[in-house]
Amino acid sequence: MTAFRLNGDAAQFDDGDRDTPLLYVLRSPAVGDMTAKLGCAREECGACRVLVDSEPAYACTLPAGAVEGRHVETAAGLDTPVRRALVESNATQCGYCLPGIVVAAQALFRTNPKPSRAEIADALDRQLCRCGSHPRVLGALLDLGGE
Amino acid sequence: MKPLPHALAATPSLDRWIRLTGEGGVIAFTGKVDIGQGILTALGTIVAEELDVARRRVRVVSAHTGHTPNEGVTAGSMSIETSGAALRQASAWARRLLLQRAAARLALAADNLTVADGEIRGEGVNEPLTYWDLADQPFDFEICDRTPEKAPSTYRLVGRDGQRRTDILAKASDPAFVHDSDAELHARVVRPPSLRHRLTELDVDVAAPGRLVVDGSFVAVAHPVEFEAARLARRVAGRARWHGIGSPPRGFDIDESRRETAEAFPLRNGVPSPVPRRRIATTHRAAYSRPFLMHASLAPSAAVAVWHDGALAIECSSQGIEPLRHVIARVLGIDADAIEIRHVSGAGCYGHNGADDAALDAALVARELPGHRVLMKWSREDEHGFEPLGPAMHVEMGASVDAKGGIGAWTHDVYGFTHVTRPSPRAPGVDLLAARFLAEPFEPTPARPALGPEVGIHRNAAPIYSFPDQEVTKHFVPDAPVRTSALRGLGAQGNVFAIESFMDELAQAAGVDPADFRRRHLQRDVRALAVLEAVLDSCGGLAGNRGLGLARYKNRQCCAAVVAEVSVDQETARIRVPRLWIAADAGRVIDPDGLTNQLEGGAVQALSWCLKESVSFDAEGAVTSRDWSSYPILRFNEVPRVETVLLDHPELDPLGAGEATVGPTSGALANAVFAATGIRVRDLPMTPERLREAAAR
Repeated sequence: MTAFRLNGDAAQFDDGDRDTPLLYVLRSPAVGDMTAKLGCAREECGACRVLVDSEPAYACTLPAGAVEGRHVETAAGLDTPVRRALVESNATQCGYCLPGIVVAAQALFRTNPKPSRAEIADALDRQLCRCGSHPRVLGALLDLGGE
Repeated sequence: MKPLPHALAATPSLDRWIRLTGEGGVIAFTGKVDIGQGILTALGTIVAEELDVARRRVRVVSAHTGHTPNEGVTAGSMSIETSGAALRQASAWARRLLLQRAAARLALAADNLTVADGEIRGEGVNEPLTYWDLADQPFDFEICDRTPEKAPSTYRLVGRDGQRRTDILAKASDPAFVHDSDAELHARVVRPPSLRHRLTELDVDVAAPGRLVVDGSFVAVAHPVEFEAARLARRVAGRARWHGIGSPPRGFDIDESRRETAEAFPLRNGVPSPVPRRRIATTHRAAYSRPFLMHASLAPSAAVAVWHDGALAIECSSQGIEPLRHVIARVLGIDADAIEIRHVSGAGCYGHNGADDAALDAALVARELPGHRVLMKWSREDEHGFEPLGPAMHVEMGASVDAKGGIGAWTHDVYGFTHVTRPSPRAPGVDLLAARFLAEPFEPTPARPALGPEVGIHRNAAPIYSFPDQEVTKHFVPDAPVRTSALRGLGAQGNVFAIESFMDELAQAAGVDPADFRRRHLQRDVRALAVLEAVLDSCGGLAGNRGLGLARYKNRQCCAAVVAEVSVDQETARIRVPRLWIAADAGRVIDPDGLTNQLEGGAVQALSWCLKESVSFDAEGAVTSRDWSSYPILRFNEVPRVETVLLDHPELDPLGAGEATVGPTSGALANAVFAATGIRVRDLPMTPERLREAAAR
C-alpha cells in the first residue's frame, strides 16, 4: 500500500494505483473524498484542484504515487476562514467549481493573508466558473483579507 | 379574485405540497429543481414566511417522480412565479387549517390566534400549542379556491438581506452532485465522430470485470473502477470504425440562401402568424449576428441508473424529469410508470444541455447490466462535442427617423434555427442523443417553428419601446446544421443585442443622447423608465467608455438595465470590461442576494459569450472546439466589478430574473465599445479580429 496524509489523517491506496491520476484515487471507495471534481481531465478548468504540501496541484493528471508520504488537502478538510467566507457570502451558484476555488484561494491566503483584488484574481485565474459567480468570489475574499 | 396558481390547480392535494414532521420540521415539495439558481432556498423562504415558522425548520424536497408535484420543466425563469405561487398558497392553506384545529382545541376563534415560529397563542392561553401538537393527522385536504395570504407589509423573511443558501456548505465539503454518487459500475459512452456517423466495425475483446454494451451504433463500456472505465472507453474508441450517412451540412452560417428559404411569421399581438409580412420603408438598416454557443457546463453530463425486475430507477440533473420519464419509456419500450426519476444536482446547465441525454445513456447500459447501480459520465470532449448548442442568429433591423429625430417606423427580422428541442412526450420524435444510434433507431423531431408568444427565435424580438409603426418578423430556418436547443435567454440575447445596438446607432444618427433617445420611446412604461434612471444614477451617467442596454425579459418578466464600461487596448484590440452596473425590477424580491447573484451571473455569462465564445466545426458537421482552450470562457482576471440595484415592489408578484440580464448586457457591451472606439461591432463575438475587421469597414 502507498501511504499519504489526507486532510490531516492517514490514508492509503493500492500500489497498483500509483500511476492512476490522484483524482480517481481520492474519489475511489478506498479513500472516499468526493470534493475534488472531474471537469476536464486536462488541467484546464481547475475543478480537481487539491493542495499537496500546501501547493495547489491538478489531481486530474498528477499520478497518485507522487503524493506518497505527503499531505493532500481537499476542500472537505479546509474548514477555514477562506471556505467559510465563500460559503457565508453565497459566493457560488451551482457549486461545482467551488471546491477547486476553495483550494486555490487557501493556497493564496497561506502565503498572502491580505491579497489585493488583482492578486486574488491572479491566484484564481486557472479556476473556471461558468455561472458567473466571479465578482462575489472576489468580493468575499477581498473582505476576508481586509478584516 | 385571482385564480389558483396553475400548479396547485393541477395538484390540489395539500399533502402533496406541505407536510409537518414529528421533529418540529416542515417539508415542502416542489417539482422544480435547483440548477445553481438557488430556487430551493427561495421556495423554502416563501413557505417559512407564509407558515410563520423559522426558516431553518423548512426543508424543500425537489423533483422526484411519484413524490413531488409534476411541475414540468424548470426553465424560462418561471419557478418563483409558478412553484413559488403554488407553495405560498399551499402554505397559507396549511396555516389556516392548523389554526382551525387549534381554535377547536382551545375553544377560541381562529381569528383571535397568533402564530410565531409555529407556536399558536391566544388570549388566556398559558401553554401555547404548536403546529406539531396538531400534526397527528395529515392535512387530507383538496385545495379548490384561494385563501388569503399574508400581507407583504408583515413579512419578516421575504425580501430581507442576509439570507443564506441552504446547499452551499455541502457543495464545498461533501458528496453533493450526481457525479459523486455511489456506483457499482462506472460507465462511459464511446461516441462516433459526429451525429452523422454510424458504426461500421468494432473488433474488440473486453475482459471481465469490464463490460461492453453495443446496440446498433450506441457503444458504451462499464467497469467497477472509474479510471478503468475511462481507459476502457479510450481503448474501445481506438478499435471502432465509423461511416458517415446523409450529406454533410451546407455550411453553418445563416447565409442569403438560408434566409431566402426561411418561413416568415410576422408577430400579431406578439404571436407569430402565417400572414404576409408588411413592407415598411426604412432609411436606416443594420444586420447583427451571433454564432453557435455552448452551454459548456463545468461538469460533463452524468446520470445514475439501476434496472431491476423490469423497472428503472434514474438519478440525474435533468430540468424536466416528468417529460424525460415518458420519452425514455418510449425508447425502452416500457411503461412510463416503470421508471422513477429523482433529480440530483449537477453543475449549472443554463438551458438544455446533455443532462437528459446522459439519463438515457445510463438507462441503456443499466438495462444490459441489470441489478447494478450504473454511474454514467460523459468526457469533457463529448460534453463540448455533443451537447445541443445554442443556435446561431441573424437579425436585420430597419428604421426611419422622423423630422423631430424620433423613430417613425421600425422593422425587426430575426432569422434562426430552433431553440426548442427538449425531450417531450408530445413531440413526434425522440429528442435524446442516443436514440438515433440504436439498432432500432428513433429519429429526432423534425425542426418546426415554435409559434407561441415570446418563445425561441422571437423571444424579445418585440421591442420594449413604442413606435408609430412597426413590423417584427420571425424567420424560421429549418435546416439546422447541428443539434440546437434552449440556451439561457433563447432568442432574447440575440434580439436584445440587435435592438439595443440599433437604438444607439439611431440615437447617434439623430444626434441625441442614448438615454434620452430611449426615454422618448419608452413613453409611459414607468417600470422600464425606473430601471433606466436607477442604473444611470448608480453609475453616475454615460460619460466616457460606457454603453447602455435595456429590456424586459419576454416583455413581461424582470426588467433590467445594464451599463458596461470598457477599455480597449490600442495594440492588441482586446476589449476589457472593468465595471458593470445593473438595475432590475423583478417585482417583489424574495431573496435580494439570490436575485443579485442571478442577475450578475447572467451578465458575466453574457460578457463571456459576447467577448470570446463561438463553436467551431469541421466540414462533416462535427464540433472541433472540444476543450476549454478551443472554447475559451471568461476568467477571473477578466470579470468586471459589478454593482447591482434592485427596485423592490413588495406589493407586486415576483418575476423570474435568471435570464433578464443576458440581452441588456450584450447591448451595453456593444454600445460601450462604440463609445470607446467609434467602431460598431455587429457580429459576435467581439474578438480582436472582429474589432479590426469592423474598424476596416
